[in-house]
Amino acid sequence: MLLQQLTNGLMLGGTYALVAIGYSLVFGVLRLIHLAHGEVFMVGAYIGLEVMLAFHFGPVAALAAAIVGTALLGIVLELIVFRPIRRKGGSFLAPMVTSIGAGLILQEVFTKIFGAEQSEFPAGFGSDVYHIGPLLVSTTQVFILAIAILSMIVLHLFISRTRYGMAMRAVAENVEIASVLGINTDAVIMLTFAVASGLAGIAGVLVGLAYTAVSPFMGINMAVKGLAIMLVGGLGSIYGAMVGGLLLGIVEVLCVAYFASSYRDAVAFGLMIVILLVRPRGLFATGMSAER
Amino acid sequence: MFEGYWGSVAIFFGINVLMAFSLYVPMTAGLISLGQGGFMAIGAYTSAMLTKGGAPFSIAVAAGGLLAALSGIVVGIPAIRIRGIYLIILTLGFGEIVRVFFLNFSYTGGANGIGGMAPDTNLAWVASACIVIGLFAWRLRYVRIGRAMIAVHADEVAAQAMGVNVVRVKLTAFAVGAFIAGVAGAFYAHYTLFIDSAQFGFLRSADAFLFIVLGGIANPLGPIAGAAVATLTPEIFRFLQDWRMAFFGALLIAAALWRPDGLVPAMRARR
Amino acid sequence: MTAILQIDDVSKRFGGFLALSNVNCEVTEGRIHALIGPNGAGKSTLLNIISGVFTPTSGNLVFAGQAYGGRRPDVIHGMGIARNFQHVRLFKGLSMLENVMIGSDARTDAGTWNDFVDLVRPFRDPDTATQRAEEALQFVGLGNRGDRLIDQLTLVDQRRVEIARAMASRPRLLLLDEPAGGMNPSEVLDLTGVVRKIQRAGITVLLVEHHMRFVMTLAEWITVLDAGRVIADGPPEIVRRDPAVISAYIGTSG
Repeated sequence: MLLQQLTNGLMLGGTYALVAIGYSLVFGVLRLIHLAHGEVFMVGAYIGLEVMLAFHFGPVAALAAAIVGTALLGIVLELIVFRPIRRKGGSFLAPMVTSIGAGLILQEVFTKIFGAEQSEFPAGFGSDVYHIGPLLVSTTQVFILAIAILSMIVLHLFISRTRYGMAMRAVAENVEIASVLGINTDAVIMLTFAVASGLAGIAGVLVGLAYTAVSPFMGINMAVKGLAIMLVGGLGSIYGAMVGGLLLGIVEVLCVAYFASSYRDAVAFGLMIVILLVRPRGLFATGMSAER
Repeated sequence: MFEGYWGSVAIFFGINVLMAFSLYVPMTAGLISLGQGGFMAIGAYTSAMLTKGGAPFSIAVAAGGLLAALSGIVVGIPAIRIRGIYLIILTLGFGEIVRVFFLNFSYTGGANGIGGMAPDTNLAWVASACIVIGLFAWRLRYVRIGRAMIAVHADEVAAQAMGVNVVRVKLTAFAVGAFIAGVAGAFYAHYTLFIDSAQFGFLRSADAFLFIVLGGIANPLGPIAGAAVATLTPEIFRFLQDWRMAFFGALLIAAALWRPDGLVPAMRARR
Repeated sequence: MTAILQIDDVSKRFGGFLALSNVNCEVTEGRIHALIGPNGAGKSTLLNIISGVFTPTSGNLVFAGQAYGGRRPDVIHGMGIARNFQHVRLFKGLSMLENVMIGSDARTDAGTWNDFVDLVRPFRDPDTATQRAEEALQFVGLGNRGDRLIDQLTLVDQRRVEIARAMASRPRLLLLDEPAGGMNPSEVLDLTGVVRKIQRAGITVLLVEHHMRFVMTLAEWITVLDAGRVIADGPPEIVRRDPAVISAYIGTSG
């Protein structure tokens, strides 16, 4: 029934939002699309998988490991894939090529380690369910929703209250002026990648818990939807990505529940087209143009 | 001539060249699409349904291309006002919508796809198409519509003030690119003899994009070079067995760093 | 003496900002007509409206007796109005000759069918568009160098190519937006000669310019804008003595 679907939708949407925020963060500072971000999400899921399977730790430890692992991966990607291209100049097309290349490498590596088929992700909490009013939720679902919301709150505080967060916003606003003001823009960009990737890592673990399955190709689907959400929310807008992600989760779940499940992947783009017709710059237009 | 395994590589290479050219034309006008896989799907499915219904292969290929071209016009209409990253994601969305459509369209087999096409594609077909389209791409540079496309890419406002009908130029670029992708799809369907929606998703569109950005967007040798590097290196790296995609990825990074603007430099201007 | 262009009570608003307010102006055919005014007066905005880059918020535009407000820039170009740009906007990726050909291409048979015929027609040399483009380059003094890449050109030469590009379509009205920008005195003298040649070819010129001597040498009629309004409109001898004009320019040298 509807409230149940909405809750499920929020849960799904929370994970979408975390990934979409990452796209917006990277777009904000570099004005380009990070086409390996979906694979960072996938890596997070697998780190969580290993921590829970091999070391028999719980979901919280899995999250911690995924955050650290993906944040480091994000920094490595910036150093190898994005920064050298930035130094060379050229159009925004070349970084798209290098990031696709990086994504392919990650896919291959994880396919080799874990096999191309889906792997089972352990259930985090057993199968207790609770009744909250008319709703039926499992511990896992509560955990997912809580972590997603908590992550967004922490991110919001980080961006608006800390010096590092303000530095990130300054660089996103105007990288030349930020640099003239004494901000170490390279360091800020690395930080942005770390944050964006860490959020994707969280999402990876959460999705693994939710569906109890992961595959080396789970990044592609998420990547494509994340881009649509970024557009819906407004290019470069963190809060737009949050709202857009939650909105997509709800609409997708409703589509599966009341319409047909095989159309769900197209919902993201249908939603995008509808919203862009009404608000061409997205829900929270930032005024960031698509070119620097 | 090319029999067996290398014959197969040659045909896939040719299809990849066509997909690269399908993006070359819109990019000449500054339009970037990550949805060429969708047009390829339309060409593949249309041609498959036609030959299975008894139509000759040549008609099926032409029809696949034309139907793809028509959908190129439809997709091109929003593209008139939309630029840059918005356009990339819009075309990405188109590709996804096409994939999901064919996944659900029972008339063309739904999730089960279509199989059992006659193996009509051969090297002669593919090679001829590549040559004709390659010549077209070369000639494009020296005719009115090609100049207009480059002008629109360089400065749309100034082009319009100089009498260029920007709407017509953009729609033509999109439609022609879609047509080429549709033809590639028709060849693909009648070579692999089984198609389903999963084969025409984001990875296919990303491939076309890679071929052309890698090879160079301002020279008809660019798509050929890009498709060559992309198709042949995984074959060459085959001796590295299971890691060839990883090496391909590394190659992409290295090539983009070495030549951020593509392997082949821009064509010489007229006279 | 007919009016080739009539600007009828034209206003232009950008959000909260009123850039042009009830501008009335008539450009007589065959004249060199100057549009001057202090910075921010709205001169470029008016040119953009005449050439169709902007649409007027209110008012009418009439060219050769035909009302045309709201039409697309390429349609307006087809009617016979061509222009250059204050900050040179040539097409990277095309040679000098090809840049100019964009202007003359517009006069050749239009239509998608012809575009495809164009592909297979045997190489015809020289065809009309090429010929006209070469003539236009000759006209501005840049003949025989058509295959140069535009980034190798000096600013002055780039400005000349822009004028050639506008001329290649054989317009009836040429809009010039600060064509003398960045030129030294001898280059300005050259440009003066070119503008006179343009007039002798029967083309009406509407000239926006800050360079006062250039304007006073060439203009046969001057319209003065200040803060979006017309404050003077007449022959040079009268306008230069108009107290309103002088006070609008206090602090500006020319």
